[in-house]
Amino acid sequence: MFGIQHHVLRLLFMVAVILGWEFLARFFEVPAFILPTPSAIAVALVRGVQSGLYISNAWVTLAETFLGFLLGVFLALSLGTVVALSRRTEFYLYPFIVMFQSMPKVALAPIVVIWFGLGMTSKVVSAALVAFFPLMVNTIAGLRSTDPDRLSLMKSLNASPLQIFTMLQLPNALPYIMAGIEVAMIFSLIGAIVAEFVGAEAGLGMLIQSMNLSLDVAGQFSILIILSFFGLGFSVILRLLKKKMLFWDASSRSEKKGGEVA
Amino acid sequence: MTAKAAIRVHGLTKCYGVGSGALVALSDIGFSVGEGEFTVFVGPSGCGKSTLLKILVGLDRATAGTAEIQGEAITGPRRDTGVVFQSPVLFPWRTVLDNVLLPIDVLRLDRKQHLATARELLSMAGLSSFERHYPWQLSGGMQQRVGIVRALVHDPKLLLMDEPFGALDALTRENMNMELQRIWMEHRKTVIFITHSITEAVLLADRVLVMTPRPGRIVRDIRIDIPRPRDLSVANTPLFGEYVREVRELLNATGAID
Repeated sequence: MFGIQHHVLRLLFMVAVILGWEFLARFFEVPAFILPTPSAIAVALVRGVQSGLYISNAWVTLAETFLGFLLGVFLALSLGTVVALSRRTEFYLYPFIVMFQSMPKVALAPIVVIWFGLGMTSKVVSAALVAFFPLMVNTIAGLRSTDPDRLSLMKSLNASPLQIFTMLQLPNALPYIMAGIEVAMIFSLIGAIVAEFVGAEAGLGMLIQSMNLSLDVAGQFSILIILSFFGLGFSVILRLLKKKMLFWDASSRSEKKGGEVA
Repeated sequence: MTAKAAIRVHGLTKCYGVGSGALVALSDIGFSVGEGEFTVFVGPSGCGKSTLLKILVGLDRATAGTAEIQGEAITGPRRDTGVVFQSPVLFPWRTVLDNVLLPIDVLRLDRKQHLATARELLSMAGLSSFERHYPWQLSGGMQQRVGIVRALVHDPKLLLMDEPFGALDALTRENMNMELQRIWMEHRKTVIFITHSITEAVLLADRVLVMTPRPGRIVRDIRIDIPRPRDLSVANTPLFGEYVREVRELLNATGAID
């Protein structure tokens, strides 16, 4: 939609903003523990990566996020399916779902750390908890969105409930599920980081916390850069996956369906 | 009727709800359809014709009366029945060919064995070069043809069609009528076809059963004696006009058309 010259301009604009920040921070002599200069952040980033400190902790956070994500997705898909297909289950679980929905899930992190300790387990659980809900809600909505005519068609062929599920309901729900997974991926990173804030032995969130105590703001900014690259990486992977799986869905061809927002 | 009855319906009544608030959708419906006959039910919306079809498909149950296919009471959906719906009802994640093979998958028949049939039917419907396409890449008329081909792929004895061309524009609709006649003359299925278009009914039918609403019942059974194959110019003949007038007057007389 925008030509090459706009892409160049956009890049120049970004560079100008960073240079402006550098200049203003130096000109007004802003203390480094309030707002460090971009060059100081870059130095911190390089130092952290070279020393291996960032790499080893990044692996920990990535592993926690990924395991939490998997656990959250597994629970959300299975519970979502049960709730969507059984009105009775929905009836009994509904109060819990509503209560859980209105609660900020990250607020559970301190309790989770008490229950599961300072190691990786508590981060995985926290990541799973935060990732779980948006995906479960989307799974339910997706499975319930089955077109009644398509259902009649399957029934007119005497399809078994399992056939109806695998041939119709599940593929039909995929656009919703993928939108939920997209959100869950980002949310699991949030869940892992917050749990690391509360108490951890390793991880990027733990690093941010300890740098905060020593007023190393440039270091914290450099870790934020790493974290946003994580998020970017996740969304690139998922976009590719979506393109492969949902080529048939009109709304994902035009980027429409969105899940719950943080 | 000399032919063996493919469908026999007697005293069929369908009510929704109970007591004084009950809605009688169908009242004392009785008819029988011979093997290979093309029977069209025509009537305004609310005359219960879709309800009747649902009962024949086995997706709904009658409140009273009997309905038999091939001499057996209908207890649920049957393997020897193909259904065509108002909309094409295709699965967008399946190719045209895979959509056509859906009944084969559901009925756990051998895909390889039916592949030739599926391709043959697709070519008959002029869709050969589209078998690898997805439904959303086809026009509305083509999609509906895929729906018809799908209903035929497992070689059902009975084809039940619920206003299959209602959503198409007038020109496409006429073409589809001709296509359907051609397919039917080649395969000679027993067809139950539901429509609210009087001309479509007369054009396609061996017999037109006229239905009126509140409560839904059959008011006349008209045999259409126009030789086949009929083309669209048939609609300009006096005989055709005569049949159309007869049906319209019946519907007018019963106040079905406001």
